[in-house]
Amino acid sequence: MKNEEKGIYFAEGLAVPETPEPGKDPKPWKETNVVGKSRPRVDGYERVSGSAMYPSDYSLPHMLFGAVLRCPYPNAKIKRVDTRKAEQMPGVRAIISAATPEARVLWPYTPHMKVELFDSHCRFEGEAVAAVAAETPYQASDAVRAIDVTYEVLPFVTDERKAMLSDAPKVHPAGNRVGPTEHYSRGDVAKGFEEADVVLEESYRTECEIHTPMELHGCLAYWDGDLLNIHESTQGVYAVQSKVAEVLDLPLSKVRVMGRYMGGGFGSKLQPGKYTVIAAILAKITGCPVKLFLTREETYLCTGNRPASNMKLKAGVTKDGRLTALDFSVVGSGGAYPAGGTLLVDWLVKDLYLCPNVRTAATDVYTNAGPARPFRAPGHPQGAWALEQMMDALAKAIDMDPVALRLKNIPSYSQARKGNPPYTTTGLAACLKEGAKAFGWEKRRKEIAAEKPNGSLRRGVGMAACLWVAGGGRPPSTIILKLFSDGSVNLNMGASDIGTGTKTVMAMVVAEELNVHTDVIQIEHADTGTTQFATPSGGSKTVPTEAPAVRRAAIHVKQQLLEMAAEQLKADVSDLRFKGNAIVHGNDDAKKVTIKDLKGLKKRGVVVGVGYRGPNPEGKVVNPFGVQFCEVEMDIRTGEIRIVDFLGANESGRVMDRLTFDNQVFGGITMGIGLGMTEVRVLDEGGSGKMLNKNWHDYKLPTALDVSPRMTSFPIELPDPEANITGAKGLGEPVTIPTAAAIANAVYHACGVRMTETPINPTRLGVMLSDRPKEA
Amino acid sequence: MEFDETKIKMSVTRRGFLTTMGVGAAVAVTGRYASGASSDETVMLPEEMAKIRLHVNGRVHRLLVEPRWTLLFVLREKLGLTGTKVGCERGECGACTVLMDNIPRYACMTLAVEAQGFEITTLEGLMKGEDLGRVQEAFLEHDAFQCGYCTPGQIMAAEGLLKDDPEPSPDAIRRGMSGNLCRCGAYTHIFEAVDEAGKRKRGKS
Repeated sequence: MKNEEKGIYFAEGLAVPETPEPGKDPKPWKETNVVGKSRPRVDGYERVSGSAMYPSDYSLPHMLFGAVLRCPYPNAKIKRVDTRKAEQMPGVRAIISAATPEARVLWPYTPHMKVELFDSHCRFEGEAVAAVAAETPYQASDAVRAIDVTYEVLPFVTDERKAMLSDAPKVHPAGNRVGPTEHYSRGDVAKGFEEADVVLEESYRTECEIHTPMELHGCLAYWDGDLLNIHESTQGVYAVQSKVAEVLDLPLSKVRVMGRYMGGGFGSKLQPGKYTVIAAILAKITGCPVKLFLTREETYLCTGNRPASNMKLKAGVTKDGRLTALDFSVVGSGGAYPAGGTLLVDWLVKDLYLCPNVRTAATDVYTNAGPARPFRAPGHPQGAWALEQMMDALAKAIDMDPVALRLKNIPSYSQARKGNPPYTTTGLAACLKEGAKAFGWEKRRKEIAAEKPNGSLRRGVGMAACLWVAGGGRPPSTIILKLFSDGSVNLNMGASDIGTGTKTVMAMVVAEELNVHTDVIQIEHADTGTTQFATPSGGSKTVPTEAPAVRRAAIHVKQQLLEMAAEQLKADVSDLRFKGNAIVHGNDDAKKVTIKDLKGLKKRGVVVGVGYRGPNPEGKVVNPFGVQFCEVEMDIRTGEIRIVDFLGANESGRVMDRLTFDNQVFGGITMGIGLGMTEVRVLDEGGSGKMLNKNWHDYKLPTALDVSPRMTSFPIELPDPEANITGAKGLGEPVTIPTAAAIANAVYHACGVRMTETPINPTRLGVMLSDRPKEA
Repeated sequence: MEFDETKIKMSVTRRGFLTTMGVGAAVAVTGRYASGASSDETVMLPEEMAKIRLHVNGRVHRLLVEPRWTLLFVLREKLGLTGTKVGCERGECGACTVLMDNIPRYACMTLAVEAQGFEITTLEGLMKGEDLGRVQEAFLEHDAFQCGYCTPGQIMAAEGLLKDDPEPSPDAIRRGMSGNLCRCGAYTHIFEAVDEAGKRKRGKS
């Protein structure tokens, strides 16, 4: 219907990007018809109508439901697992534990640290002990509770600040250090501090944050003979495939993982879990499909987190605003197994601002808590919390505007990487200057300075900046594009769309190159059985990785069509170009053929274009940058804070879809509000060692009432032809890095209290307000 | 719905109900039955399957359910209406929001047996054939979601809000939508979409 009304092609005569000769790079798009516009999602209908099938929505005949019994103690050895009573319960079809031969497989927490799937030593609350498959989820959970386990409960340490004490219980026999403290150094920090006019030192802490995506972690697993099929809620089907194949010792070709829709991951679904393998084993034993999705409580314990960071930062600055030295240290824990407890926490200190003398130290320790997984911009929001509050304090100490101070320290190259490679573009200065202007930074600061206190209400503005260490994308990626004989298109890619709009952006790239409506582009993706290899969607790299390959595939299609037209029109390929729905001769208007009338296309039925992701520019760094500004209003009697508005200025190269771009910016800010103001994992260190708030009531996410009703997305679009052939850089992570620090700076501006520990909530701020010296 | 506490306690004691069922479930089941059903149906044993009739999206479904099954479980796993999502199964996130007699309810906190007698509307029930309802349309056009998993619940909450208050103020929209979590943080676009849907329903655009 739609196609008859609108046709497959955009208006006739519309310019189509020039097709480069085979083997040559295309030029950057100049004026675009589709890319950069606000395009609602190509899969929006499915998502709002309920017809989108998320992995947890699948149901198969004879399907069973899986459930996992988890260790209730932070550190315990399993003495005995008695499943006799559970086995007799109605609906129970299989129970597996360490005693089950099929379940005696090794789970690699890291390539070098493998444990039994059901390990006899549970080093964190929530470690898997046994699992059940039953006819209903109710029966499965009944049976789990009926399994009788005898534990030898051991002493534990759950607080990373205590893990290095000499009397701390050992998480692993060799002790609680994951490795030696990692050091980085450039220049001479002591000399740098001597050159400084002002030196400040402060300790900071961010609390542990849990991903809690809306769709639970889990999968539906079933076997077709020796082929294992898995519908998993995942950010990367190939990542699930490789780990499951490794654990179960299967050829990769015998593990098919599908994840066409998925309900959020934020890094916690970059990998499968033990639950994936457990479902596969239960399905094998029972001969039935097994759907195993965790409970919400379980996702708090064993599907990762952003570790707490305990940071110290000493910084020196001259009166005219030049940073002379930064000395930083961090202690963190990725939990009971190596999981990057301090990963990248020091990156912003090393690389965001020009500073000749920098030293960092990172100490990662084991604790008896669930292992971390990457969480949206690993390490960066924590580092920003310290660095960006310190920059604010330095600016105040030398009586300089915080924006101006940052502008004096803008690097054009990466200082932390060997050889100081330059950035392809750095929008940091533009984000600062133009963002401040759009927000009304100077005006608001003047207004607030002149304002008389309104009862107990105070206003304040704050800002913070960031870069993201990755976000340039990289090979490999392969895209296959099929153009059918009517001109409609099928796009085949392995990447997942985790909610960022990947599919929509890719369809827009195809539409731009081929001049077809996005409606006639059908996308097959995220299926190891039928789509091409892709790395998981994470690291803000999906658009800059996949989009260039999509563009190349479209160009490959066009090159083949041009050859067909050349043969048909008896012309030279170099004289032909695309115009509207046709291929025309550059000098002879009469020589033209519409795509549909290409004889070669009719004969072959389809033209297949293949696109690969080319290499990144040698010796250069592709990073996105961003700055956020916010205003808060707070009550100094109660510590209540209202976020008045927020502005995110992001330089991520070319804006691909303005609608999904803005959505990412707002979403990143919302998640940053969570880190800064509402979220904290509470472990009962002094008592049971268990997590005390493993639910959304006690672990609070930002709700509709916690975000600012006024949010502005302000893209800084710098052309970046070197980054890749679409000029796009990553966005999903930089949008959440500076938020918490910007809020802390605004709170300081409003009331003079420096909140060095998250979360800034009324309880904690109220205590700080009443503890401070009373104003005269 | 009225609660008759004496009745609950009595019946629970008489049939030893509490030994295998949660307190919350017992109250919920008995509460609904106490409100009008005949007295010999006041209590069900957990192992007994109950015959129920559910009115869902304009259709009547006759079902055999365990008394502890939630409406959420029955909608998804027995009726195949997977537009209603599972987020927490404890009334925290709103992903399972449905309308019961036009009022948004968490299907995870509603037992199937107590959903009898209500007109239940799920996301699928908002469709007009293959066409989207106005709230769905506005969510699509304003990109009021990212991963889309909380979206069915958000849309149902918005439907309920607009039925109750056809012209909600921005503040009423925020409050009306505050029972539904969105971890992707699409709230800004959700507010816009609800506002737009309200306008469309009032025939203003």
